[in-house]
Amino acid sequence: MVDALHPPVPLPTKRSHPFNPPDGYSPLRERERITRMSYPDGSSGWLITRHAEAKELLTHKSFSARQEGLVAPVPTELQYDGVAADPGAFAKTDDPIHGQYRKLLTGFFTVRRTRQLAPMIERIVHEQLDDLEKAGPGADLVEVFTDSVPSRVMCEMIGVPESERKTLQRHVETLGRLSSTVPEALAAVSGMSGFLARFIPVKMADPRDDLLGDLIRGGQLNEQELMGMAATLISGAFDTTGNMLAMGVFTLLEHPDQLARLREDQELMGAAVEELLRFLTISHLGAGRWALEDVEFAGQAIKKGEVVTVALPAVNRDPERYDNADQLDIGRTDHGHLALGHGVHQCLGQHLARTILRVGYEALFDRFPTLRLAVPSDEVPMRDDFVHYGPSSLPVTWDD
Amino acid sequence: MRITADREVCCSAGQCALIAPDLFDQSDDDGSVVLLDAQPDTGRLDVLREVVSRCPTGAIRIEEDPGV
Repeated sequence: MVDALHPPVPLPTKRSHPFNPPDGYSPLRERERITRMSYPDGSSGWLITRHAEAKELLTHKSFSARQEGLVAPVPTELQYDGVAADPGAFAKTDDPIHGQYRKLLTGFFTVRRTRQLAPMIERIVHEQLDDLEKAGPGADLVEVFTDSVPSRVMCEMIGVPESERKTLQRHVETLGRLSSTVPEALAAVSGMSGFLARFIPVKMADPRDDLLGDLIRGGQLNEQELMGMAATLISGAFDTTGNMLAMGVFTLLEHPDQLARLREDQELMGAAVEELLRFLTISHLGAGRWALEDVEFAGQAIKKGEVVTVALPAVNRDPERYDNADQLDIGRTDHGHLALGHGVHQCLGQHLARTILRVGYEALFDRFPTLRLAVPSDEVPMRDDFVHYGPSSLPVTWDD
Repeated sequence: MRITADREVCCSAGQCALIAPDLFDQSDDDGSVVLLDAQPDTGRLDVLREVVSRCPTGAIRIEEDPGV
């Protein structure tokens, strides 16, 4: 049984409030299980805004995550889709190749192993908070703290020298900015691969006691694959957790009742992190898949090759799934959000991210109990044109 | 009640070890599921249902005792 179709719509991206998903999602979510969507390359595909359908699609065997079949859901000159992924860059591949690569890494990112990294993360967090103190009231929290912490943690895990970090961070930023021009993107790609072409052979000649060293000693990856994997780790770790860290602080400062609850009862931190992940869902463009064959899904006939965008920010506000879905409630116990995806591609670094967020929020609000925004909240500049959403700067102040 | 965990299907996302660390762990090797208690108290049914619902690959199943 195939339902009647509305004309295709472009992906909603305009937000009237930084803490809420783009406004265009709710009417679509109310209206239908799956929406016809127009893609900037002129093709028609699909859009999912409901939680149940999102979960089903992300585990459905008829849909692929392979990069060569994906189409950018918004206009961009970035060519991150449409061609096959580099060897080792497994995020946009399917099983069995995806699983073979991913399995080499999953042991490093378990709940237990990532919690054991807490002392290292605490050290980095406190060093950056020392810098914040030195910078004084009016400092930009994004520059001094939220962008720096996750990138430093990943660099330490894979043994990238601190001297290279800021340059890599700029490359990741350029490649995540949808308005980057082709020359800008090419410069970032060649900057990144130039670094890896120097860095990986050095590591191979002298494998240290870190994640890459272990992978090299494991002997299952060649130089090219190690480069692809390192690139995946760097780009997966830098701006994702950084934006989430910044968005969480911004949101809590603007929800003083929730922040007070958290200060009163630190036991709430685990639930608060989950709720912030759900409420904010920084994956601005969601997850993309394409149909490997003609298939009926959510009452529609999806044709082989058609692309489906799963709007994760909309899905996590589905009122069918959550009571008071649009309300931030750090005591919420009903999680099950899809902020980190679902299915075999669910975020590899999710428990590392959770640890960084927990340690980061705890230490920041503990050391700066009077922390507040230094500008009106509607003047905080947002990364509207990035793959991951968050403030591009967050000026903060406190009582000395 | 009995729990089963399929390590072949498991993608090592660790939802189980996050939600119910007394019942599930992850191997150091590849992070795949390690069942710590295959026959937990029936009082844990709600938590187990959450684990099943959040496991991204459906690797974990509950076999409930047949009703009398």
